[in-house]
Order: sequence, then C-alpha cells, then structure tokens
Amino acid sequence: MTHIAKPKFSHPNLPKNGLGLTRRNYEGVVSTLCAGCGHDSVSAAIIEACYELEIPAHKIAKISGIGCSSKTTNYFLNRAHGFNSVHGRMPSVATGANLANGELTYLGVSGDGDTASIGLGQFSHAVRRRLNMVYIVENNGTYGLTKGQFSATNDKRSKNRKGVENQFDSIDLCSLAIELGAGFVARSFSGDKAQLVPLIKAGMSYHGFALIDVISPCVTFNNHTSSTKSYDYLRAHNQVMDRLDIVASRPEISADYEPGTAIDVTLHDGSQINLHKLSSEYDPTDADTALSNLNRYKRQGTVVTGVLYLDPDEVDLHDVMNSSKQPLNSLGQSELCPGADALEALNAQYR
Amino acid sequence: MKPTDIGDPAYFHKVVDCQWACPAHTPVPEYIRLIALGRYTDAFMINWESNVFPGILGRTCDRPCEPACRRTRVEQKPVAICRLKRVAADNRGDISDRLPVIPKKKNGKRIALIGGGPASLTVARDLLPLGYECVLFEKDRQAGGLMRTNIPSFRLPVAVLDDEVERVLDMGVAPRFGEEVTSLKAVLDEGFDAVFIGTGAPRGKDLDIVGRAEASKNIHLGIDFLTSVAFKHTESIGKRVVVIGGGNTAMDCCRTAIRLGGEDVRVTVRSPRSDMKASDWEIEDAEREGIPILDNHSPKEFLVENGELKAVVFERMRAEYDETGRRSLIPSGEPPVVVECDDVLMAIGQNNAFPWIERDIGLEFDESGMPIVDSQTFQSTLPTVFFGGDAAWGPENIIWAVAHGHQAAISIDLHCKGEALTERPSPLTNLVSQKMGIHEWSYDNDVSNDHRFAVPHADQLESLKSLTVEVELGYDQQLAYDEAMRCLNCDIQTVFKGSLCIECDACMDICPVDCINFTENGEETQLRAQLRVPAENLDQDLYVSENLTTGRVMVKDEDVCLHCGLCAERCPTSAWDMQKFTFWDGTVMKGPERVGAD
Repeated sequence: MTHIAKPKFSHPNLPKNGLGLTRRNYEGVVSTLCAGCGHDSVSAAIIEACYELEIPAHKIAKISGIGCSSKTTNYFLNRAHGFNSVHGRMPSVATGANLANGELTYLGVSGDGDTASIGLGQFSHAVRRRLNMVYIVENNGTYGLTKGQFSATNDKRSKNRKGVENQFDSIDLCSLAIELGAGFVARSFSGDKAQLVPLIKAGMSYHGFALIDVISPCVTFNNHTSSTKSYDYLRAHNQVMDRLDIVASRPEISADYEPGTAIDVTLHDGSQINLHKLSSEYDPTDADTALSNLNRYKRQGTVVTGVLYLDPDEVDLHDVMNSSKQPLNSLGQSELCPGADALEALNAQYR
Repeated sequence: MKPTDIGDPAYFHKVVDCQWACPAHTPVPEYIRLIALGRYTDAFMINWESNVFPGILGRTCDRPCEPACRRTRVEQKPVAICRLKRVAADNRGDISDRLPVIPKKKNGKRIALIGGGPASLTVARDLLPLGYECVLFEKDRQAGGLMRTNIPSFRLPVAVLDDEVERVLDMGVAPRFGEEVTSLKAVLDEGFDAVFIGTGAPRGKDLDIVGRAEASKNIHLGIDFLTSVAFKHTESIGKRVVVIGGGNTAMDCCRTAIRLGGEDVRVTVRSPRSDMKASDWEIEDAEREGIPILDNHSPKEFLVENGELKAVVFERMRAEYDETGRRSLIPSGEPPVVVECDDVLMAIGQNNAFPWIERDIGLEFDESGMPIVDSQTFQSTLPTVFFGGDAAWGPENIIWAVAHGHQAAISIDLHCKGEALTERPSPLTNLVSQKMGIHEWSYDNDVSNDHRFAVPHADQLESLKSLTVEVELGYDQQLAYDEAMRCLNCDIQTVFKGSLCIECDACMDICPVDCINFTENGEETQLRAQLRVPAENLDQDLYVSENLTTGRVMVKDEDVCLHCGLCAERCPTSAWDMQKFTFWDGTVMKGPERVGAD
C-alpha cells in the first residue's frame, strides 16, 4: 500500500468541466488495494465519467457492501454522500436512500462475492423493483480479501493459482439481471476505459436499474495463465458487441457508421445514447436475443462486452409506487401534515 | 515516434532541469538531498568538485538553474538552489583530508594563467592535481578578479572570498601578483607549454553625450567605481546620485552608493522595467533598500554649471515590439525629465580589451576586436593559447567562467600530452534503482507543498550603514531543511520497461499530473496533441516505450512529472522503477582525484 498522500499538485493545463472542476476534484483518498488491481481502474473510470457528466459530487450517493470492491468508494468522489454498508446489503440501503431522496444519482459498487453470493437475494430484488441506480460489480472471480478462493462468478473449469479446478457452474450476473427485468445491462473490462467510461455515463443517466458487470482482474490471486479473468485472457477473448456514445445536452459531432447498425435512445433526462453495433445479427433491445447471445458466447469461452440489453422505456420504483418525487427532507409542514380532512379522505378509501 | 533511447546520457540529463541548465552541470538534487540529511560537508564537496566556489556562488551566482527548476512549472517559485548551496558552505566541516593530493613530482609542464579570476583559478584547480605547474599573473595584489573588485562585500564577505580563492592558491599556484601583463609575446617567450587567458571584460562602456567631458570629475564608470570602493580608494560619494543602467552592476552601484552616504540615489534605465537586464532578485534587493528605478529614461545630456555637474536630462522612451517580438525604443514625446544630482555612476555594459596582445604573433581577432576562439576547445588560433571566462566571448557570469575553466583545463591537458583536443572525456553517468522495499525508496518521495522560504536578512538600519555587513543572513538549518524538501528529486528517474507492462492503467490512474499515457503511436506533433493533457511544452521531451502487447505505446510527457514515484508504487510488475541518474561532466579529474561522488 502506498504510504504517501497523492501530491496535490496537478497539471497546470488540466481541463475543467462546465462546473469549473478538473477530474482531480472528483478523486478520493489513495487506494489501499494491491498495485495493479483492476478495481482502481474502475474507480478512475467513475471519476472520469462523473467529471465528463459534470455532476457535482454532492448530487451523488455512493453505496457499497463489503469486499475489495466495496472499499473503493473511498477512492473516488470524496465530496459525495457515501454509505459503506453490511456485506451483501448494499441494495437495501440504496433502496431506502432512493425512496427518501430520488433526486440523487445512486452509484452502487459491489463485488462478485458481495453480489453473487451473500447478496444475491438483495441484488435480485433491487433488479426486479427497478431501483433507479447504477449497480457496478467489480467482478474478479475470486475472494481476494480472504486469500483467493473461487467466487460464484468464477467460470467452471477455470483454475486457481495452485492449479485446482473450479467444479461449480458460475452465476452470470448479466443473464440474471435481464431475466429479472433490469432495463440496462452491460459488461465491460477494467482495462478498456474507452468502453467503460461511456458505459458508466450511460448507466448514471439511465432511468431505472442499470447493471454494469466489470471484469476486473485480481492481480494477486486471479491473474495467472489458467485464469479466465486475467488481463491477458480478457485481451484475447473480449468480443465487443457495440460502442456507445452518450450525448448530454451538448451538441456532438457524430462519426459515420454503417446504416442500420446504430440505435439511438433518448433517455428521460433528455440525453441520448447512440449505440453502434459491431455485429449485425444482434439486437440489444430484445431480451431474448440478448440472453441467447450471452449464452452462445459463454459456451465458447468468449467474454462479450458492451451494452448487452437496453430497454428504452424503463419505469423505476418511484414511477411504479407513485411515491414522492420530492426529497423527503425538503417536504414542508403542510405536505407532511395535510390536515384532518386529508386523513379522513384517506381512511375513507379503506372502508 | 521511435522508442526513447535512455542509454543516451543527454536524455535523463535533460530531465534534471537544474543540472542541465547549469553551465558546470552541478548535480543539484544530489547535494540538496545531502543538505536535507544534514551532510553539509558532503554537499559542499559535490559543489566544490563541480563549481569550485560554493560559498561565493551560493551568494552571487546568476543561477540559471532556478528559472529552469521544475517547481516553476507545477507550483510557482523555484527551489532556492543558490541559497541552499550557501548553506552547504556555511555549515561544512573540515575538508582538508578530502582535497585532491598534489603530486610532489611534477609532470614538467608549465602553464601560464593570465588574470586571477574564477576562470583561471578553475584551470589551476583542475590541472594542479595532475602535476602541472601553474603560474598565475594578476595585476592586483590579490587573486579573485571581479569577484573581489566588482561584487560588494555586503553581498560577498571578503572572508568567504579569501577562503575559497586561497583553497585553490594553496594547492600550489605560483603567484605573480601585482604584475600587469603588457605583452603576451613576453609571456610566451618565457617558454610556457600553454597559456590561459582569463582577463575578463575589464572596460566599462561610456556614454558620449553633451556635458560628458565637462562633468567628468563627477561621472564614474560603474565597475571602476566598485573596484575603487573594494580597494578602499573611494570612501564617499555625493548626496544625490544617479545610476545609469539596468543590469546587475547598476544594482551593485546604487546599493554601494547609499552605503557611502548617498541619500537620494536613483537608478535610471532606458528600457521598460520588465526588460531590465538585472536579475529579478537583485532588483528586489535594491528596491527593498528604498532605491527608486526610473524606467524608460534615456540620458540626453549632463547639465554643467561653472564646471560642476548639476543634473542629468533624460528623454522619455516607449518600447514597441514588432510581430517577431523585437523591441525598439522610441521617444515618447513627453517633456524631458531633469534629475538633479552630485554624482553619476555609469553601468551600461562592459567591453573586452586586449591592447596587450600583439597582433602579429599568430593570434587572430575578428572585426569586433574579439579573439577567435573555438567554442568546444577554447583554443585560439595560436595553438598554445587558450581563452575562457568573459575574455573568451564577452561578459557572462562566474558560473560560466568556471565551466569555461574546466573545458580549457581539459584542452590544455590534451594539448600538453599531444592528443587531439576534440577527443573530450565522456561524461560519467550511472543509473541505479532506488527501491528499498515494496513502497520504500531511498529518497523522500512525499512532495512538499510549501512555498519558497524567504532568506532572513540583517536589520536594514544596520546594514545600510556599512559596506561590510552582509545583507543576507542565509538559511538556518531548519529553514534549509524545509527548503530542501521542496526539491522534486528530478534526478530520480522514472524508468519504464515495456516488456514487463500488463497495461493495467494503474500508473496512468495514480499519476497526480496526468503525464503517463497509453495510446496509439504516431508522429511527435500528433502524439503530443493526443495525450490526456496535450504536451505543449516543446522544450520537454516525450518518453516513448516500445510497442506493448495491445499494440499501443506508453508515452510520458516529462514536462511536469513530480518524480513522486507513485507510478512505480502502483505498478504490479515493476515495469516502472525509480532510478537515480548520476551525471558528471567529463573532466581531467579521474579516479582518486574525484572527490564529490559517493
């Protein structure tokens, strides 16, 4: 672990976003993870995404569980709201926070253990309730904090450092999320920021539940030659399905793409996603083809990345429940206590 | 771009901005670290080997290193390199056992050194340990040259000067002081194996305007005035003094004048204040002593009544710059300014003068009256005669004279051995990892956020009364430590080994100044533009790796790298390492004569 604080000096020509902030203003403390951990790249991608989206940090709530991945919320956005919760219970805390204040952007950071093992139940319900959040899984297929046991996302027949084979089937979080009704499901690789940063931006702008499963190599326990979650394996077996531009309110110069391969999706906040498919036989807005696509590549040992499934018309938990769009902490006396007549009317509904 | 050749000594040398900018290439970060450790004697010896006069230069150097300091590009003010050098000199212990041993048996070669300034003394210092006999001709009774005559004692105490000059003389210089050389031919006829001319630029420029001749009693050339004060021939001056000129000599003149009793001392300069030749800190020192500077004032006439100087008349000027940035000074049309005064000090530049060199002995001069001197070997067209210091190409400063002296010593040694002068000794370089543990380095990589610390000054009421009270007190050890910690250790290089890199981005993500990139290769201009922060400082190189696994390259912009080592700390495969780059200029000193290096 690095013992010194990151020097406060920054490049004098470091660009500023519309808020007058540089990307360094979105940093947290220096990471205590192993040198070269994929999770640090994901933190850097989150910093870049928030900087580019020009979101002030205090409009973001970062919530995590337990694990190497869940520690990382301390390494970015040190001006944001944060809750480092109980193991596997990040979705409950995010749900409560979201219901109390729907105006914040909810950024959940979890790992394969926190999500696919102890937190699988919580994860499933956050998905099916369409919680408006971006849920990032930093997926390295191993339990790094407890010295490298196989996790539930580790591929069957993948080996550990000592050469022992994993005998169990892996849980594919993306397939699961599509099954359970998530509206935005993507997979990426920590070593490909060109893909990851726009995905995070799109996920944060998306209205509804957005899952980004980021394969993030564990340099200490799962980056060896027989691993299917190593830097080298990912570089050799990464099937990129599409590239994505996210257009906020600013005008964008768009490149020319083959006709018929681009899908434009306008999000609730007015920003637009341009999805450029790299394969013509695949439609990410159709859940069935998305699932069969995932299964097909998985059988080949190929990791598909990009936006795997996208429902442009997602509704979120607040929409379903018709709950207060206004943050509860800003409700006034008259709204909180509408008087005896209102109570009478309410009670009358149940008689 | 092609992969950077870090085997080329110039590549990493250039990254050490201060050392690269120093004419003598003093290993600055190395001695600053030693000062932080309290190893003042070691720090002094590194300086002494490289620049011969640490105590003198620590007070008076023109410090080309400081504007070059990386700190100016990431913070604001450079590390006070010059004043830290003084700390090493002020706090050093006994060094007598560290000086080179002078061989009892001489090598039979006799060298004449003409002029007792820093250039000649450097030649003597370098050649005496090799067994040369060095005869030093100096017209004054003491050696030191302009360091003695033109730098006032309130900036450079005589004791410091004597100590460092005598250290060289004590190595066995044969003095011929008080003997002004009036004929080079006569010196050559004494049969020296080589002659080094380090006679400086001793003639102050004059101004031929109305009233100059009539008022000559009260108009003094700046450097002559300073010499006269140094030798105590001048001990007073009129109450109202006008100094004409905007260089460092003008600053020394005005500050000397108020110490001699001048009450209304003003500096006048033709150009705008921002174009003045004097170093910023010397202007600040003069202004701190309450001396006004009238800029855009061009002297037109000396007003004389009854043979007495009454005033100087100035025309007001205005600077105009053409599109290439070339300046022209044109009269502004404002009414002339009359400044009443008793004395005028003229410090508008210096010229070389070689009336004592015969023009028929094979030593050629150019049209402007300067000797023709080879810029690498310092040899004149007469093979036994070498030039250095201000005598070679006109006025510079002490550190350049020292650098010239080292090069001339190399040439004289080669000449005396009958070897080709172009076969210069190569620099001594080394590159060693500083890794002590997973995240431990042999240097302090925690970057200090402190701003430059001011050097304490003596009480002004006291110092303005005396020519000898040193104005600057120098840093104490605590201040020196704090200032030393501001050094970014630019000699601790970021060395990248592409074959080990797994492209995890960790170094790029942690770099506080965004200087590390993984990108497609391209032509330099294109590459500079496509970096995370475009590399717009073309003086600073790009460090480009070989092709990595993904076909990309690592490109590091050296411009604002803090040398904090975080890239190496966050690298899982040690593709990055922090390695100390040592660079010593090629020198005649070898093996046991080398004293500074660890």
